[in-house]
Amino acid sequence: MTRLFVPIDSTALSLDAEEVAEALALALKRQGAKAEIVRNGSRGLFWLEPLIEVETPAGRVGYGPVTPDDVPGLLAAGLLEGGEHKLRLGLVEEIPWLKRQQRLTFARCGIIDPLSLEDYEAHGGYRGLAKALTLEPAAIVDTVTASGLRGRGGAGFPTGIKWKTVLGAQADQKYIVCNADEGDSGTFADRMLLEGDPYGLIEGMTIAGLAVGATRGFVYIRSEYPHAFRTFKRAVANARDEGRLGTKILGSDFSFDIEVRLGAGAYICGEETSLLESLEGKRGVIRFKPPLPALQGLFGKPTVVNNLVTLSTVPFILAEGAEAYRDFGMGRSRGTLPVQLAGNVKRGGLVELAFGVTLDTLINDFGGGTASGRPLRAVQIGGPLGAYFPASLLDLPMDYEALAAKRGMLGHGGMVLFDDGVDLARQARFAMEFCAVESCGKCTPCRIGSTRGVEIMDRIIAGRDVEAQTALLRDLCEVMTDGSLCALGGLTPLPVLSALEHFPEDFKRPVAAAAE
Amino acid sequence: MGVMPWSAARAAELIEQHRPQAGACLPILHALQEEFGHVPAEAVPLVAQALNLSRAEVHGVVSFYHDFRKTAPGRHVLKLCRAEACQAMGADALAAQVKARFGVDFHDTSADGKLTLEPVFCLGNCACGPAAMLDERILGRVDLTKVEFHLARHLADERQS
Ligand SMILES: Cc1cc2nc3c(=O)[nH]c(=O)nc-3n(C[C@H](O)[C@H](O)[C@H](O)COP(=O)(O)O)c2cc1C
Ligand code: SF4
Ligand code: FES
Repeated sequence: MTRLFVPIDSTALSLDAEEVAEALALALKRQGAKAEIVRNGSRGLFWLEPLIEVETPAGRVGYGPVTPDDVPGLLAAGLLEGGEHKLRLGLVEEIPWLKRQQRLTFARCGIIDPLSLEDYEAHGGYRGLAKALTLEPAAIVDTVTASGLRGRGGAGFPTGIKWKTVLGAQADQKYIVCNADEGDSGTFADRMLLEGDPYGLIEGMTIAGLAVGATRGFVYIRSEYPHAFRTFKRAVANARDEGRLGTKILGSDFSFDIEVRLGAGAYICGEETSLLESLEGKRGVIRFKPPLPALQGLFGKPTVVNNLVTLSTVPFILAEGAEAYRDFGMGRSRGTLPVQLAGNVKRGGLVELAFGVTLDTLINDFGGGTASGRPLRAVQIGGPLGAYFPASLLDLPMDYEALAAKRGMLGHGGMVLFDDGVDLARQARFAMEFCAVESCGKCTPCRIGSTRGVEIMDRIIAGRDVEAQTALLRDLCEVMTDGSLCALGGLTPLPVLSALEHFPEDFKRPVAAAAE
Repeated sequence: MGVMPWSAARAAELIEQHRPQAGACLPILHALQEEFGHVPAEAVPLVAQALNLSRAEVHGVVSFYHDFRKTAPGRHVLKLCRAEACQAMGADALAAQVKARFGVDFHDTSADGKLTLEPVFCLGNCACGPAAMLDERILGRVDLTKVEFHLARHLADERQS
């Protein structure tokens, strides 16, 4: 029976993938064709979604972007045999955009049926856990440390070291918490994995549990992702039914189970201590550190809090060995980074490559420049707290230290492109407004400072007393940087000051006629 | 969206269903909102009692999170993404058009009760902005025509069922 693939990823759905699947199912039935439709995740070539694929002896042939109206024509053109058609993209694996990538964490995403354990295992799934089950906990932790894996949630903290702290802690209960809050604008890697390869996360969390002696895991998914939430819940239920979660996993003595929780629309709950408060049923207010969550985390117990991409990368490292991962990357940034191209971009989507690839390669070679076709003016990297860089800095490599040296940050690997229509003073205002809306309220520089920041930006935008207000803005940013307890208040100055530094012309507003 | 009228008995049932979970407050509030379309003020003391918390504490949780509504929404909820990637694709202009077309502001419901408009910060659809979500239907590369089309369809579905 011929297998056809129609993505069920949110972005594909947002472009009518469901309607395409329905049209296809109906047409196949009418023809009495022997074909099965598999709902896969997305490979992340979003400008081609809905991208449908058909399995042929030569490999999977793709067509896209497909609309429901294209379906009859596609079938008439011999879709089931990979026939010629104006939407035909050839072998999907050979599309240069995909072929040039180095997919380790996303190796299965968009290829398999996300909910089929059989598919998952046929594509290398559970080899990492099988290996981990032959090792002592300390040896698992050492492997992760040796791989050089750093947390992908933003701070880039070495994962192995975090795990070692939790392994060394004595407690009757330990937890693995997966941070799937993915709050940054321009990021969707977590979501794609939840929807496209959920067992990869389940396996990664199970390995983490085995490594540190935790028997329970929580996945905190943001409520803006209802599709991802539903898919992942089903994956957990399947895994439990098939003995991959629960007691005596894969015939071992090890028990581990996962509970899935929904956030409630608060950006700050992506910060790990706030996330723990939220999981405990409270307001998501930041906790002072120390104690570290590794020692006193969820319900006061030792807890590993890791980002979803971090945990989903662990199975590869166990299965292929620490060196296989460490061999990718540059400097202290080892392995691969899933970069997310977003905003005003012609070919947006997910690009997984070794660290060190330049912004220029990503934006121009992969992204194809702006969607509007107008000149690129700015790119914001690392979410709402990340810096705005001008087109003149595109030779920067994607690397934690290199971006920090230019007063930016890598964050979760999101890149948001803006064309020359952007007003950086307005973007700076938005950064302050965002901080004001999302502040947890614990400290004054963040809670009050951001509101004052919005007022200052309003005056600058109105052209009132610009020089003095700009000086005041710098002062305020210094107070926020130095006086905030967490990175929300502490990093909001990054987008603001980068806009001021690289785009000063946008802050020199003409003096308003009716200013005084 | 199938929102039910307030029922203390039904609320108690939902609370009881989730109470055994560790840190049950958010799961309970989500369940209540799913049933009643919002978290009714009447529910707060029930939740407080079940979780052995003060009413002020529960109220504090409800008010902290952007998701929890204190009043019932219209028959359909449209969330427009206002985050940077969608801004780069004209999200602000789209928001202005939607507000004008339906006569609503953010956090507001149209006079005919058909549509509630809410801002949202990123739907993870950032490569195909502007993005929106109508009830649970995610929409990409949205313009006013697309919003009108999908709303009309949702309203038609509603009449049929
Ligand atoms: C304001 C703020 C928001 C954050 N949001 C997220 C998030 O959405 N997802 C995430 O994984 N980490 C987020 N983090 C980072 C987490 O606090 C934490 O460092 C991370 O989950 C640890 O996992 P990792 O070591 O695998 O990166 C955020 C941090 C701050 C300060
Ligand atoms: S910086 Fe802002 S978000 Fe962070 S703890 Fe302080 S008030 Fe809360
Ligand atoms: S920024 Fe709008 S969906 Fe992410």
